[in-house]
Amino acid sequence: MLNSYLNKNTMESNVDYLGILLQMAFALGFVGLTMVATHTLGPKRRTAQKAEAFECGVESVGNARLPFSIKYFLTAILFVLFDVEVIFFYPWAVNFKELGGIGYLKMLFFIAPLFLGYLYILKKGALNWEKM
Amino acid sequence: MISVITFKLILVSLLFLVTLGIAAYSTYFERKIAAFLQDRIGPNRAGPFGLLQPIADGVKMIFKEEHRPAGSNRLLFILGPSLAMATALMTSAAIPWGTHIEIGGHSYAFQVADINVGVLYVFAIVSLGVYGILIGGWSSNNKYSLLGAIRASSQMISYELAMGLSIIPIILYTGSLQMSDIVEGQHQVWNVFRYPLGFLIFLICAFAETNRTPFDLPECETELVGGYHTEYTSMKLGFFLFSEYVNMFVSSAMIATLFFGGYHFPGLSSLEHLPNLAAFLGFGVLFAKILFFIFFFMWIRWTIPRFRYDQLMRLGWQVLMPTSIVLIVIYGAIFSFL
Repeated sequence: MLNSYLNKNTMESNVDYLGILLQMAFALGFVGLTMVATHTLGPKRRTAQKAEAFECGVESVGNARLPFSIKYFLTAILFVLFDVEVIFFYPWAVNFKELGGIGYLKMLFFIAPLFLGYLYILKKGALNWEKM
Repeated sequence: MISVITFKLILVSLLFLVTLGIAAYSTYFERKIAAFLQDRIGPNRAGPFGLLQPIADGVKMIFKEEHRPAGSNRLLFILGPSLAMATALMTSAAIPWGTHIEIGGHSYAFQVADINVGVLYVFAIVSLGVYGILIGGWSSNNKYSLLGAIRASSQMISYELAMGLSIIPIILYTGSLQMSDIVEGQHQVWNVFRYPLGFLIFLICAFAETNRTPFDLPECETELVGGYHTEYTSMKLGFFLFSEYVNMFVSSAMIATLFFGGYHFPGLSSLEHLPNLAAFLGFGVLFAKILFFIFFFMWIRWTIPRFRYDQLMRLGWQVLMPTSIVLIVIYGAIFSFL
Protein backbone atom coordinates (compact mmCIF):
# COMPACT_ATOMS: atom_id res chain seq x y z
CA MET A 1 0.00 0.00 0.00
CA LEU A 2 2.79 2.38 0.93
CA ASN A 3 4.53 1.41 -2.27
CA SER A 4 1.55 2.24 -4.42
CA TYR A 5 1.26 5.55 -2.62
CA LEU A 6 4.87 6.38 -3.42
CA ASN A 7 4.28 5.45 -7.05
CA LYS A 8 1.35 7.80 -7.15
CA ASN A 9 3.51 10.54 -5.77
CA THR A 10 6.17 10.07 -8.40
CA MET A 11 3.52 10.15 -11.12
CA GLU A 12 2.83 13.73 -10.26
CA SER A 13 5.63 15.92 -11.55
CA ASN A 14 6.49 19.59 -11.47
CA VAL A 15 5.26 19.81 -15.06
CA ASP A 16 1.75 19.48 -13.69
CA TYR A 17 2.18 22.61 -11.63
CA LEU A 18 3.58 24.29 -14.72
CA GLY A 19 0.28 23.42 -16.38
CA ILE A 20 -1.56 25.28 -13.64
CA LEU A 21 0.72 28.27 -14.13
CA LEU A 22 0.02 28.19 -17.87
CA GLN A 23 -3.70 28.06 -17.27
CA MET A 24 -3.38 30.95 -14.81
CA ALA A 25 -1.43 32.96 -17.41
CA PHE A 26 -4.19 32.33 -19.97
CA ALA A 27 -6.93 33.31 -17.50
CA LEU A 28 -5.17 36.48 -16.32
CA GLY A 29 -4.17 37.44 -19.87
CA PHE A 30 -7.74 37.07 -21.13
CA VAL A 31 -9.18 39.01 -18.20
CA GLY A 32 -6.57 41.78 -18.50
CA LEU A 33 -6.94 42.18 -22.27
CA THR A 34 -10.72 42.23 -22.12
CA MET A 35 -10.70 44.79 -19.30
CA VAL A 36 -8.40 47.07 -21.29
CA ALA A 37 -10.47 46.56 -24.46
CA THR A 38 -13.78 47.34 -22.82
CA HIS A 39 -12.20 50.37 -21.15
CA THR A 40 -10.84 51.83 -24.39
CA LEU A 41 -13.78 50.95 -26.63
CA GLY A 42 -17.25 52.23 -25.99
CA PRO A 43 -18.51 55.75 -25.29
CA LYS A 44 -17.88 57.71 -22.11
CA ARG A 45 -20.41 60.32 -21.09
CA ARG A 46 -20.23 60.96 -17.37
CA THR A 47 -22.97 63.02 -15.82
CA ALA A 48 -23.58 63.72 -12.15
CA GLN A 49 -26.94 61.97 -12.21
CA LYS A 50 -25.62 58.88 -13.90
CA ALA A 51 -22.88 58.56 -11.31
CA GLU A 52 -25.38 58.30 -8.47
CA ALA A 53 -26.00 54.93 -6.88
CA PHE A 54 -29.00 53.18 -8.46
CA GLU A 55 -31.89 52.85 -6.08
CA CYS A 56 -34.88 52.45 -8.38
CA GLY A 57 -35.15 56.19 -9.05
CA VAL A 58 -35.30 57.24 -5.42
CA GLU A 59 -32.48 59.54 -4.35
CA SER A 60 -30.02 57.52 -2.35
CA VAL A 61 -29.41 58.53 1.25
CA GLY A 62 -26.02 58.23 2.91
CA ASN A 63 -23.19 55.84 2.30
CA ALA A 64 -23.77 52.18 1.44
CA ARG A 65 -20.93 50.90 3.63
CA LEU A 66 -23.40 50.21 6.40
CA PRO A 67 -23.01 47.78 9.26
CA PHE A 68 -24.87 44.63 8.29
CA SER A 69 -26.84 42.03 10.22
CA ILE A 70 -24.91 40.10 12.87
CA LYS A 71 -26.32 36.84 11.47
CA TYR A 72 -24.00 37.00 8.49
CA PHE A 73 -21.05 37.59 10.78
CA LEU A 74 -22.04 34.66 12.97
CA THR A 75 -22.36 32.45 9.91
CA ALA A 76 -18.85 33.43 8.86
CA ILE A 77 -17.44 32.61 12.33
CA LEU A 78 -19.18 29.22 12.37
CA PHE A 79 -17.93 28.56 8.85
CA VAL A 80 -14.32 29.16 9.90
CA LEU A 81 -14.76 26.85 12.90
CA PHE A 82 -16.27 24.02 10.88
CA ASP A 83 -14.04 24.47 7.87
CA VAL A 84 -10.99 23.88 10.06
CA GLU A 85 -12.63 20.66 11.26
CA VAL A 86 -13.40 19.61 7.69
CA ILE A 87 -9.73 20.05 6.77
CA PHE A 88 -8.87 17.33 9.33
CA PHE A 89 -11.14 14.88 7.54
CA TYR A 90 -9.08 14.95 4.36
CA PRO A 91 -5.74 13.51 5.58
CA TRP A 92 -7.67 10.83 7.47
CA ALA A 93 -9.72 9.97 4.37
CA VAL A 94 -6.60 9.67 2.19
CA ASN A 95 -4.91 7.34 4.69
CA PHE A 96 -8.14 5.57 5.61
CA LYS A 97 -7.13 2.16 4.23
CA GLU A 98 -3.75 2.12 5.97
CA LEU A 99 -5.23 3.20 9.31
CA GLY A 100 -7.90 0.50 9.14
CA GLY A 101 -10.67 -0.16 11.67
CA ILE A 102 -8.69 1.25 14.63
CA GLY A 103 -8.16 4.49 12.72
CA TYR A 104 -11.89 4.66 12.05
CA LEU A 105 -12.72 4.21 15.75
CA LYS A 106 -10.19 6.89 16.65
CA MET A 107 -11.79 9.20 14.11
CA LEU A 108 -15.14 8.69 15.84
CA PHE A 109 -13.59 10.35 18.90
CA PHE A 110 -12.98 13.37 16.69
CA ILE A 111 -16.39 13.35 15.03
CA ALA A 112 -18.33 12.97 18.31
CA PRO A 113 -17.21 16.29 19.90
CA LEU A 114 -17.61 17.97 16.51
CA PHE A 115 -21.18 16.76 16.31
CA LEU A 116 -21.83 17.71 19.94
CA GLY A 117 -20.56 21.22 19.17
CA TYR A 118 -22.89 21.33 16.20
CA LEU A 119 -25.84 20.28 18.36
CA TYR A 120 -24.85 22.97 20.86
CA ILE A 121 -24.94 25.81 18.31
CA LEU A 122 -28.21 24.38 17.00
CA LYS A 123 -29.69 24.40 20.51
CA LYS A 124 -28.40 27.93 21.12
CA GLY A 125 -30.32 29.06 18.04
CA ALA A 126 -27.26 30.35 16.19
CA LEU A 127 -28.55 28.78 12.99
CA ASN A 128 -32.06 30.12 13.42
CA TRP A 129 -32.53 32.95 10.93
CA GLU A 130 -36.02 34.07 11.89
CA LYS A 131 -35.52 35.11 15.50
CA MET A 132 -32.14 36.08 16.79
CA MET B 1 10.55 17.72 -21.27
CA ILE B 2 10.08 20.34 -24.00
CA SER B 3 7.52 18.12 -25.73
CA VAL B 4 5.56 17.76 -22.49
CA ILE B 5 5.47 21.53 -22.07
CA THR B 6 4.37 21.98 -25.68
CA PHE B 7 1.63 19.41 -25.15
CA LYS B 8 0.47 21.21 -21.99
CA LEU B 9 0.49 24.53 -23.81
CA ILE B 10 -1.67 23.17 -26.64
CA LEU B 11 -3.99 21.48 -24.13
CA VAL B 12 -4.37 24.65 -22.04
CA SER B 13 -5.14 26.81 -25.08
CA LEU B 14 -7.66 24.28 -26.45
CA LEU B 15 -9.27 23.96 -23.04
CA PHE B 16 -9.46 27.74 -22.78
CA LEU B 17 -11.23 28.01 -26.15
CA VAL B 18 -13.56 25.11 -25.37
CA THR B 19 -14.46 26.59 -21.98
CA LEU B 20 -15.26 29.98 -23.49
CA GLY B 21 -17.17 28.38 -26.36
CA ILE B 22 -19.24 26.17 -24.06
CA ALA B 23 -19.93 29.09 -21.73
CA ALA B 24 -20.94 31.37 -24.63
CA TYR B 25 -23.24 28.79 -26.15
CA SER B 26 -24.67 27.93 -22.73
CA THR B 27 -26.17 31.43 -22.72
CA TYR B 28 -27.76 30.69 -26.11
CA PHE B 29 -29.06 27.28 -25.04
CA GLU B 30 -30.26 28.67 -21.72
CA ARG B 31 -32.49 31.06 -23.66
CA LYS B 32 -33.54 28.44 -26.18
CA ILE B 33 -34.41 25.92 -23.46
CA ALA B 34 -36.24 28.60 -21.49
CA ALA B 35 -38.19 29.42 -24.62
CA PHE B 36 -38.94 25.74 -25.25
CA LEU B 37 -40.13 25.17 -21.67
CA GLN B 38 -42.31 28.28 -21.81
CA ASP B 39 -43.66 27.61 -25.31
CA ARG B 40 -41.84 30.55 -26.92
CA ILE B 41 -39.38 30.71 -29.85
CA GLY B 42 -36.32 32.25 -28.21
CA PRO B 43 -33.48 34.09 -29.96
CA ASN B 44 -33.76 33.61 -33.75
CA ARG B 45 -32.55 36.88 -35.34
CA ALA B 46 -28.73 36.71 -35.40
CA GLY B 47 -27.73 34.03 -37.89
CA PRO B 48 -29.57 30.76 -38.63
CA PHE B 49 -31.68 29.74 -35.59
CA GLY B 50 -30.08 32.67 -33.76
CA LEU B 51 -26.79 30.77 -33.53
CA LEU B 52 -24.69 33.94 -33.74
CA GLN B 53 -26.51 35.43 -30.73
CA PRO B 54 -23.68 34.78 -28.18
CA ILE B 55 -21.17 36.54 -30.47
CA ALA B 56 -23.51 39.49 -30.95
CA ASP B 57 -24.01 39.67 -27.18
CA GLY B 58 -20.27 39.60 -26.54
CA VAL B 59 -19.53 42.34 -29.06
CA LYS B 60 -22.37 44.44 -27.66
CA MET B 61 -21.04 44.04 -24.12
CA ILE B 62 -17.55 45.23 -25.11
CA PHE B 63 -18.86 48.28 -26.97
CA LYS B 64 -21.19 49.44 -24.20
CA GLU B 65 -20.29 52.39 -22.04
CA GLU B 66 -18.08 51.54 -19.11
CA HIS B 67 -19.44 53.29 -16.10
CA ARG B 68 -18.33 53.54 -12.49
CA PRO B 69 -20.61 55.13 -9.89
CA ALA B 70 -19.38 57.99 -7.73
CA GLY B 71 -18.20 56.85 -4.32
CA SER B 72 -17.11 53.44 -5.55
CA ASN B 73 -13.62 52.17 -4.98
CA ARG B 74 -11.87 52.18 -8.35
CA LEU B 75 -9.34 49.39 -7.88
CA LEU B 76 -11.73 47.01 -6.13
CA PHE B 77 -14.48 47.80 -8.64
CA ILE B 78 -12.25 46.45 -11.42
CA LEU B 79 -10.78 43.66 -9.30
CA GLY B 80 -14.19 42.13 -8.43
CA PRO B 81 -15.29 40.88 -11.88
CA SER B 82 -11.68 40.13 -12.90
CA LEU B 83 -11.25 37.81 -9.94
CA ALA B 84 -14.60 36.13 -10.57
CA MET B 85 -13.69 35.41 -14.19
CA ALA B 86 -10.04 34.43 -13.62
CA THR B 87 -10.86 31.92 -10.88
CA ALA B 88 -13.69 30.47 -12.97
CA LEU B 89 -11.29 29.87 -15.86
CA MET B 90 -8.64 28.24 -13.66
CA THR B 91 -10.69 25.48 -12.05
CA SER B 92 -10.79 23.20 -15.07
CA ALA B 93 -7.02 22.47 -14.82
CA ALA B 94 -7.42 19.51 -12.49
CA ILE B 95 -10.11 17.65 -14.45
CA PRO B 96 -8.99 14.57 -16.42
CA TRP B 97 -10.48 14.72 -19.93
CA GLY B 98 -9.52 11.24 -21.08
CA THR B 99 -6.97 8.46 -20.79
CA HIS B 100 -3.42 8.90 -22.04
CA ILE B 101 -2.63 10.24 -25.50
CA GLU B 102 0.32 8.80 -27.40
CA ILE B 103 2.20 11.00 -29.83
CA GLY B 104 5.45 9.76 -31.31
CA GLY B 105 6.02 7.04 -28.70
CA HIS B 106 5.46 9.45 -25.79
CA SER B 107 2.51 9.09 -23.52
CA TYR B 108 0.88 12.25 -22.25
CA ALA B 109 -1.82 12.57 -19.59
CA PHE B 110 -4.95 14.12 -21.12
CA GLN B 111 -5.15 16.58 -18.24
CA VAL B 112 -3.56 19.96 -17.60
CA ALA B 113 -2.45 19.17 -14.06
CA ASP B 114 -2.60 15.63 -12.66
CA ILE B 115 -1.66 16.81 -9.17
CA ASN B 116 -2.14 14.65 -6.07
CA VAL B 117 -4.17 17.38 -4.36
CA GLY B 118 -6.57 17.67 -7.33
CA VAL B 119 -9.81 17.80 -5.33
CA LEU B 120 -8.38 20.31 -2.86
CA TYR B 121 -7.11 22.47 -5.75
CA VAL B 122 -10.60 22.68 -7.24
CA PHE B 123 -12.18 23.54 -3.88
CA ALA B 124 -9.52 26.15 -3.16
CA ILE B 125 -9.99 27.95 -6.48
CA VAL B 126 -13.78 27.72 -6.32
CA SER B 127 -13.81 29.32 -2.89
CA LEU B 128 -11.63 32.17 -4.17
CA GLY B 129 -14.54 33.02 -6.48
CA VAL B 130 -16.46 34.27 -3.43
CA TYR B 131 -13.99 37.14 -3.13
CA GLY B 132 -14.82 38.36 -6.64
CA ILE B 133 -18.50 38.69 -5.77
CA LEU B 134 -17.88 40.12 -2.30
CA ILE B 135 -15.34 42.69 -3.52
CA GLY B 136 -17.51 43.64 -6.50
CA GLY B 137 -20.63 44.09 -4.39
CA TRP B 138 -18.94 46.03 -1.61
CA SER B 139 -16.94 48.36 -3.83
CA SER B 140 -20.02 49.52 -5.80
CA ASN B 141 -21.18 51.63 -2.85
CA ASN B 142 -24.76 50.65 -3.47
CA LYS B 143 -27.03 49.17 -0.81
CA TYR B 144 -28.49 46.55 -3.12
CA SER B 145 -25.02 45.47 -4.18
CA LEU B 146 -23.87 45.19 -0.58
CA LEU B 147 -26.89 43.09 0.37
CA GLY B 148 -26.36 40.86 -2.65
CA ALA B 149 -22.69 40.45 -1.88
CA ILE B 150 -23.08 39.47 1.77
CA ARG B 151 -25.91 37.13 0.86
CA ALA B 152 -23.74 35.53 -1.79
CA SER B 153 -20.76 35.10 0.46
CA SER B 154 -22.62 33.61 3.39
CA GLN B 155 -24.55 31.31 1.06
CA MET B 156 -21.38 30.11 -0.64
CA ILE B 157 -19.40 29.50 2.53
CA SER B 158 -22.33 27.63 4.07
CA TYR B 159 -22.69 25.27 1.15
CA GLU B 160 -18.94 24.83 0.81
CA LEU B 161 -18.94 22.99 4.15
CA ALA B 162 -21.52 20.45 3.07
CA MET B 163 -19.83 20.13 -0.34
CA GLY B 164 -16.44 19.41 1.21
CA LEU B 165 -17.94 16.84 3.58
CA SER B 166 -20.11 15.15 0.97
CA ILE B 167 -17.18 13.84 -1.08
CA ILE B 168 -15.21 12.40 1.89
CA PRO B 169 -16.71 8.89 1.40
CA ILE B 170 -15.41 8.90 -2.19
CA ILE B 171 -11.93 9.63 -0.87
CA LEU B 172 -12.37 6.94 1.80
CA TYR B 173 -13.02 4.51 -1.04
CA THR B 174 -10.33 5.78 -3.43
CA GLY B 175 -7.67 6.68 -0.88
CA SER B 176 -6.43 9.55 -3.02
CA LEU B 177 -7.26 13.15 -3.80
CA GLN B 178 -5.88 12.84 -7.32
CA MET B 179 -8.70 13.27 -9.84
CA SER B 180 -7.34 10.62 -12.22
CA ASP B 181 -7.30 8.07 -9.35
CA ILE B 182 -10.90 8.92 -8.49
CA VAL B 183 -11.90 8.34 -12.12
CA GLU B 184 -9.92 5.09 -12.30
CA GLY B 185 -11.66 3.92 -9.11
CA GLN B 186 -14.97 4.00 -11.02
CA HIS B 187 -14.04 1.74 -13.91
CA GLN B 188 -16.53 -0.90 -12.76
CA VAL B 189 -19.21 0.97 -10.82
CA TRP B 190 -19.87 4.69 -10.95
CA ASN B 191 -19.71 6.45 -7.59
CA VAL B 192 -23.29 7.62 -7.97
CA PHE B 193 -24.52 4.02 -7.54
CA ARG B 194 -22.18 3.38 -4.65
CA TYR B 195 -23.10 6.63 -3.03
CA PRO B 196 -26.41 8.15 -4.20
CA LEU B 197 -27.16 10.37 -1.20
CA GLY B 198 -23.72 11.97 -1.37
CA PHE B 199 -24.36 12.75 -5.03
CA LEU B 200 -27.61 14.48 -4.13
CA ILE B 201 -25.86 16.62 -1.48
CA PHE B 202 -23.04 17.49 -3.88
CA LEU B 203 -25.52 18.39 -6.62
CA ILE B 204 -27.52 20.72 -4.35
CA CYS B 205 -24.30 22.35 -3.15
CA ALA B 206 -23.13 22.78 -6.76
CA PHE B 207 -26.32 24.73 -7.49
CA ALA B 208 -25.71 26.94 -4.46
CA GLU B 209 -22.03 27.45 -5.28
CA THR B 210 -22.78 28.59 -8.82
CA ASN B 211 -25.61 30.86 -7.61
CA ARG B 212 -28.09 29.15 -9.88
CA THR B 213 -31.85 28.99 -9.31
CA PRO B 214 -33.29 27.85 -6.88
CA PHE B 215 -30.39 29.40 -4.93
CA ASP B 216 -29.89 32.62 -6.93
CA LEU B 217 -30.71 34.90 -4.01
CA PRO B 218 -27.59 37.06 -4.44
CA GLU B 219 -29.01 38.43 -7.69
CA CYS B 220 -32.64 38.00 -6.77
CA GLU B 221 -34.06 40.65 -9.11
CA THR B 222 -37.41 41.06 -7.40
CA GLU B 223 -35.75 42.23 -4.17
CA LEU B 224 -32.26 43.44 -5.01
CA VAL B 225 -32.45 44.85 -8.58
CA GLY B 226 -29.34 43.02 -9.86
CA GLY B 227 -27.80 41.99 -6.56
CA TYR B 228 -24.02 42.34 -6.40
CA HIS B 229 -23.75 43.46 -10.05
CA THR B 230 -26.38 46.22 -9.92
CA GLU B 231 -23.85 48.99 -10.68
CA TYR B 232 -21.84 47.11 -13.30
CA THR B 233 -21.90 47.85 -17.01
CA SER B 234 -20.15 46.72 -20.19
CA MET B 235 -17.81 43.72 -20.08
CA LYS B 236 -17.42 43.99 -16.29
CA LEU B 237 -21.06 42.99 -16.02
CA GLY B 238 -20.39 40.49 -18.78
CA PHE B 239 -17.64 38.89 -16.69
CA PHE B 240 -19.96 38.36 -13.72
CA LEU B 241 -22.63 36.80 -15.93
CA PHE B 242 -20.13 34.84 -17.99
CA SER B 243 -18.24 33.46 -14.98
CA GLU B 244 -21.52 31.94 -13.79
CA TYR B 245 -21.72 29.93 -17.01
CA VAL B 246 -18.05 28.92 -16.82
CA ASN B 247 -18.67 27.79 -13.23
CA MET B 248 -21.68 25.84 -14.40
CA PHE B 249 -19.50 24.07 -16.97
CA VAL B 250 -16.80 23.28 -14.40
CA SER B 251 -19.38 22.11 -11.83
CA SER B 252 -20.91 19.80 -14.41
CA ALA B 253 -17.45 18.47 -15.20
CA MET B 254 -16.81 17.90 -11.48
CA ILE B 255 -20.12 16.07 -11.05
CA ALA B 256 -19.38 13.90 -14.09
CA THR B 257 -15.83 13.18 -12.88
CA LEU B 258 -16.55 12.49 -9.22
CA PHE B 259 -19.85 10.63 -9.55
CA PHE B 260 -20.45 9.53 -13.13
CA GLY B 261 -17.18 7.83 -13.99
CA GLY B 262 -15.60 10.75 -15.84
CA TYR B 263 -14.38 9.56 -19.23
CA HIS B 264 -15.32 5.91 -18.54
CA PHE B 265 -17.75 4.12 -20.83
CA PRO B 266 -18.53 0.41 -21.28
CA GLY B 267 -15.85 -1.16 -23.47
CA LEU B 268 -13.10 1.35 -22.70
CA SER B 269 -10.77 -1.41 -21.47
CA SER B 270 -11.10 -3.30 -24.80
CA LEU B 271 -9.53 -0.31 -26.61
CA GLU B 272 -6.21 -0.62 -24.76
CA HIS B 273 -4.21 -1.16 -27.97
CA LEU B 274 -5.72 2.02 -29.48
CA PRO B 275 -4.90 4.59 -26.77
CA ASN B 276 -5.63 7.68 -28.84
CA LEU B 277 -9.03 6.41 -29.98
CA ALA B 278 -9.83 5.52 -26.37
CA ALA B 279 -8.76 8.97 -25.21
CA PHE B 280 -10.89 10.79 -27.77
CA LEU B 281 -13.92 8.55 -27.27
CA GLY B 282 -13.53 9.08 -23.52
CA PHE B 283 -13.36 12.81 -24.09
CA GLY B 284 -16.57 12.64 -26.13
CA VAL B 285 -18.31 10.58 -23.47
CA LEU B 286 -17.23 12.96 -20.70
CA PHE B 287 -18.50 15.85 -22.79
CA ALA B 288 -21.86 14.21 -23.31
CA LYS B 289 -22.15 13.81 -19.52
CA ILE B 290 -21.13 17.44 -18.97
CA LEU B 291 -23.65 18.72 -21.52
CA PHE B 292 -26.36 16.68 -19.86
CA PHE B 293 -25.61 18.30 -16.51
CA ILE B 294 -25.52 21.79 -18.04
CA PHE B 295 -28.96 21.03 -19.46
CA PHE B 296 -30.00 19.77 -16.03
CA PHE B 297 -28.92 23.09 -14.46
CA MET B 298 -31.17 24.94 -16.95
CA TRP B 299 -34.04 22.50 -16.56
CA ILE B 300 -34.03 23.05 -12.78
CA ARG B 301 -33.92 26.82 -13.30
CA TRP B 302 -37.22 26.81 -15.14
CA THR B 303 -38.86 24.24 -12.87
CA ILE B 304 -38.19 25.15 -9.24
CA PRO B 305 -38.90 28.61 -7.79
CA ARG B 306 -36.38 30.51 -5.67
CA PHE B 307 -35.90 29.66 -1.97
CA ARG B 308 -36.40 32.18 0.81
CA TYR B 309 -33.13 33.13 2.48
CA ASP B 310 -33.81 31.52 5.87
CA GLN B 311 -34.96 28.33 4.09
CA LEU B 312 -31.72 28.32 2.13
CA MET B 313 -29.58 28.66 5.24
CA ARG B 314 -31.63 26.05 7.07
CA LEU B 315 -31.20 23.58 4.23
CA GLY B 316 -27.45 24.10 4.17
CA TRP B 317 -26.69 24.07 7.89
CA GLN B 318 -29.44 21.92 9.36
CA VAL B 319 -30.03 19.32 6.66
CA LEU B 320 -27.08 18.92 4.30
CA MET B 321 -24.23 19.33 6.79
CA PRO B 322 -25.39 16.88 9.51
CA THR B 323 -26.49 14.41 6.82
CA SER B 324 -23.04 14.42 5.25
CA ILE B 325 -21.33 13.93 8.64
CA VAL B 326 -23.63 10.96 9.36
CA LEU B 327 -22.85 9.60 5.90
CA ILE B 328 -19.11 9.77 6.62
CA VAL B 329 -19.65 7.75 9.82
CA ILE B 330 -21.82 5.17 8.03
CA TYR B 331 -19.54 4.75 5.00
CA GLY B 332 -16.44 4.64 7.23
CA ALA B 333 -18.02 1.77 9.18
CA ILE B 334 -18.99 -0.06 5.97
CA PHE B 335 -15.53 0.27 4.45
CA SER B 336 -13.70 -0.73 7.65
CA PHE B 337 -15.79 -3.61 8.93
CA LEU B 338 -17.60 -5.12 5.94
